Amino acid sequence: MIKLLGIFITFVFIENFILTKFLGLCPFIGVSKKMDSAIGMGFAVIFVMSISSVVTWFVWNILLINLGLKFLKTVAFILVIATLVQFVEIIIQKISPPLYKALGIYLPLITTNCAVLGVALIAVVNEKYNIIECFFAGFSAGVGFMLAILLMSSLREKYETEWIPKPFRGIPIAFITAGLMALAFMAFDKALLTNILGKL
Amino acid sequence: MKQTKQIEEFTKGLIQDNPLFVIVLGLCPALAVSTEVINAIGMGAGVIFVLLGSNICVSLLKDFIPENVRIPSYIVIIASFVTIVEMVMEAFAPDLYKNLGIFVSLIVVNCIILGRAEIFASKNKVLSSVLDALGMGIGFTLGLLIIALIREILGAGTITLIPISAIGFDGKIRLGWLNNYPAKVFAFSSGALLVMGYLKAFFDWLRKRSAALQKSRKSGKSNLVQSTGGDK
Repeated sequence: MIKLLGIFITFVFIENFILTKFLGLCPFIGVSKKMDSAIGMGFAVIFVMSISSVVTWFVWNILLINLGLKFLKTVAFILVIATLVQFVEIIIQKISPPLYKALGIYLPLITTNCAVLGVALIAVVNEKYNIIECFFAGFSAGVGFMLAILLMSSLREKYETEWIPKPFRGIPIAFITAGLMALAFMAFDKALLTNILGKL
Repeated sequence: MKQTKQIEEFTKGLIQDNPLFVIVLGLCPALAVSTEVINAIGMGAGVIFVLLGSNICVSLLKDFIPENVRIPSYIVIIASFVTIVEMVMEAFAPDLYKNLGIFVSLIVVNCIILGRAEIFASKNKVLSSVLDALGMGIGFTLGLLIIALIREILGAGTITLIPISAIGFDGKIRLGWLNNYPAKVFAFSSGALLVMGYLKAFFDWLRKRSAALQKSRKSGKSNLVQSTGGDK
């Protein structure tokens, strides 16, 4: 249980995918202009990441390791993720049209979100988590993404009414904001984790 | 006429449509590996190779790939080239491979590569696709080098290149007092985002200025004289 909590804190705060690892920056900058779309994107990412990390765990541990095809991990993972995204899209469309309407346009974009492939590679291949930990890592990384994109979009909505020097308008100020947010997130480090877990 | 068009296809990726600063694609690897100059060079070389390979393959296969499954097909082509890069790098430059970590595999989701396959290579002939890939790849590498240079010089006071043991060069050029008192924030993730923000602002300003200059050049000298006269 404590390990799961550790994974959660690590992926949401300490190693926040966007702010410390730069994974998923393109959608982070692209979709964070409005709060509504940021929320939609965030939920879509949480959803896909949780499922994809479990599915890639199966692919890696059952197929690739046993067949001795470890070098095919990039090809296999990206194909599984792309198929999965399509699959999820079709299922959601059938089961819950309102959810599909909310997530619809963001789902296809997720295939090329490096954070999804990133969490699969980090949790499954590098850290060698078991299946429950993998699911949790995917979920937590998604929550971390959601947190960062929510903070960003609420800040950017405020910028609309502020005066900003001309060359900085739009994307540049978004980067600088993200930089300052990353600076703030540096307060969460490994020492904090051991502190919290030590007290439990 | 034809030749100038081809030259244009090559040069447009360098500055005018620079993938990093103008189109803002492929950010994740760019910012993550830009802590040392050598990493930037390695990443750039990897991206150029993959881009070249995928652009050639896609433009050769464009008539055979059905419209509906084109994106998955492109991804498979790209992933194959990324696997080649991974294996070559692991075998011949293990240190670099370790430094770049998962970002070598993540070249596969670098939006520049899929973007060029979809926008350019699937509609153009092989030669122009090659030129486009080279231009875009070199433009990406140049952008990466600028970010890495700024971050490493300010953040660590060094420039890391390939070590040459024959002349006792360990691969690091140290820059006096900058090395003694580095501004460490540039080596952290926040530094990368800040540098990127300022560079993007600078390139936007540059592009607007050059566009305005071209406009005034077109409208004739008399206009320019008048406007300078007005300034006085």
